[in-house]
Amino acid sequence: MREVLSLDGVSFAYETEEDVFVQAVQDVSFTVRDGEWVSIVGHNGSGKSTLAKLMIGLLFPATGSVNVFLDPLTEDNLWVVRSQLGVVFQNPDNQFVGATVQDDVAFALENNGVSYEDMQIRVKEALSDVGMSGYHNHEPHHLSGGQKQRVAIAGALAMNPKILILDEATSMLDPQGRSEVIELITTLRSTTGLTVISITHDLEEVLLADRVFVMNQGKLAASGTPTSIFEQGTKLQEHGLDLPFALRLSQLLRHTGMPLVGDHMSEKELVNELWTSHFNK
Amino acid sequence: MNFAYAPNTPFEKKALHDINASIKSGSYTAVIGHTGSGKSTLLLHLNGLLKPTEGTVQVGDTLITSETKGKALRNVRRNVGIVFQFPEHQLFEETVEKDIMFGPLNFGIPEEEARARAHELIEMLGLPKEVAKKSPFELSGGQMRRVAIAGVLAFNPSVLILDEPTAGLDPQGRREIMELFERFHKEEGLTTVLVTHSMEDAARYAEHVIVMHEGHAVLDGPPEEVLTDAEQLAMYRLELPRSVRFQRDFERLVHHKLPKPALTEEQLAVMIAELAKEMGEPK
Repeated sequence: MREVLSLDGVSFAYETEEDVFVQAVQDVSFTVRDGEWVSIVGHNGSGKSTLAKLMIGLLFPATGSVNVFLDPLTEDNLWVVRSQLGVVFQNPDNQFVGATVQDDVAFALENNGVSYEDMQIRVKEALSDVGMSGYHNHEPHHLSGGQKQRVAIAGALAMNPKILILDEATSMLDPQGRSEVIELITTLRSTTGLTVISITHDLEEVLLADRVFVMNQGKLAASGTPTSIFEQGTKLQEHGLDLPFALRLSQLLRHTGMPLVGDHMSEKELVNELWTSHFNK
Repeated sequence: MNFAYAPNTPFEKKALHDINASIKSGSYTAVIGHTGSGKSTLLLHLNGLLKPTEGTVQVGDTLITSETKGKALRNVRRNVGIVFQFPEHQLFEETVEKDIMFGPLNFGIPEEEARARAHELIEMLGLPKEVAKKSPFELSGGQMRRVAIAGVLAFNPSVLILDEPTAGLDPQGRREIMELFERFHKEEGLTTVLVTHSMEDAARYAEHVIVMHEGHAVLDGPPEEVLTDAEQLAMYRLELPRSVRFQRDFERLVHHKLPKPALTEEQLAVMIAELAKEMGEPK
């Protein structure tokens, strides 16, 4: 499949007040293909948020290049490229600009000179896509966290982006809000073929991705399918990451001396193995 | 007790309805409920930041009513420390040491004593010694949070209230902070109240659970009862803790009950292994 976004040897350092440079991202290269769902994980301070800022041109690499649709991102093409990127950030309360839900979704459209008639259609469609039809005139502060993030996603979708970037978009939500957003992303991907790049701590979300990039100390420490990444077990924990519940329980069961055939990512697999190999008699 | 925002005005908004609950000295209580359930409003009553519109809140020897004035509330605040969500947003001093000392100095603790306590806390919270003289804003997010927590522990509260203390941290940071509170709870004999979304943390750490829903305290009891009732929890838009959910699926499939609710995955693993042994290992 064709490439939509790639990093090629990207490094970036922040300068502190004492003129010391802190290397936040070091020689990172990867390619995201059309229609993929990619999760970027890593502990706090691993460089993954800097990576997000580099991908949307809030920062520019010191060396290397960020390529969007095969073109290196520069200050000159930034605005053109950004119109193809939808971004949703962590805090649902910090990204509301409109007084009502529909104003908020229309904000970017208005900035980009979309006609009033077209705007109405696109706002309606975007809100319907995120399951928020009927909330057009609601005030944002009356919505739940999950609803706010869905409206933020609608705002991003209204621009018909090719790539949706989520920067810890579910980390401040309660479990229900989190499930709402993850369910929405799953649906959107099957209906629109949108490319999704999600920076996240949520392991259950990571399990749904096509590929996972693990960041550690500014470097790309590992990449692969969720299963291949989680199979590395304890090594992941060294990177400050957790393992999915079923895998943690598999490890604990092994510690008690219970033989298990394989590693299990899902609870269903594990409970089935317990049944077939230990309790089915 | 009841609480309404802007009572007796056209904008009156009832937030807490007829709450009856008691928290034992030295216990670890978890308050759970989805966003907007009233759990944060409830916790603000525990140190007198809000006063009940009707009814009473008693903290130690102090009775708080809608009429209670500053002095009594000050006494309550001296004993009840709150770690708010994203406490690092409240850091403001030039150095970490000064920031941690701010609360104690305000409560009239002598400067040298406050400084000694600050240094002790820096060590207890696993921060490098050198941070004392640094600006809190030069630290990493996880370190900043520890400094903010130290600022609350600095005046030796006997009750510690934690409002989603691990929000925004990575899994390792979350575990470290929760273990830290567990240690303080035990070593300092604190009464701990944890407000959380995490059913797993409530199950692992608490001995008493209160579920809030639409401003009502709807469930109240030990975790073995409150956190194992899937139907009740679903009514309040909550899920079973993962270990309990797995236990339920497991018991259904193998037609055997484990001896007690599995509040942590470690307990779950041990009970499953023991059951397997009892039933005889497979050939």
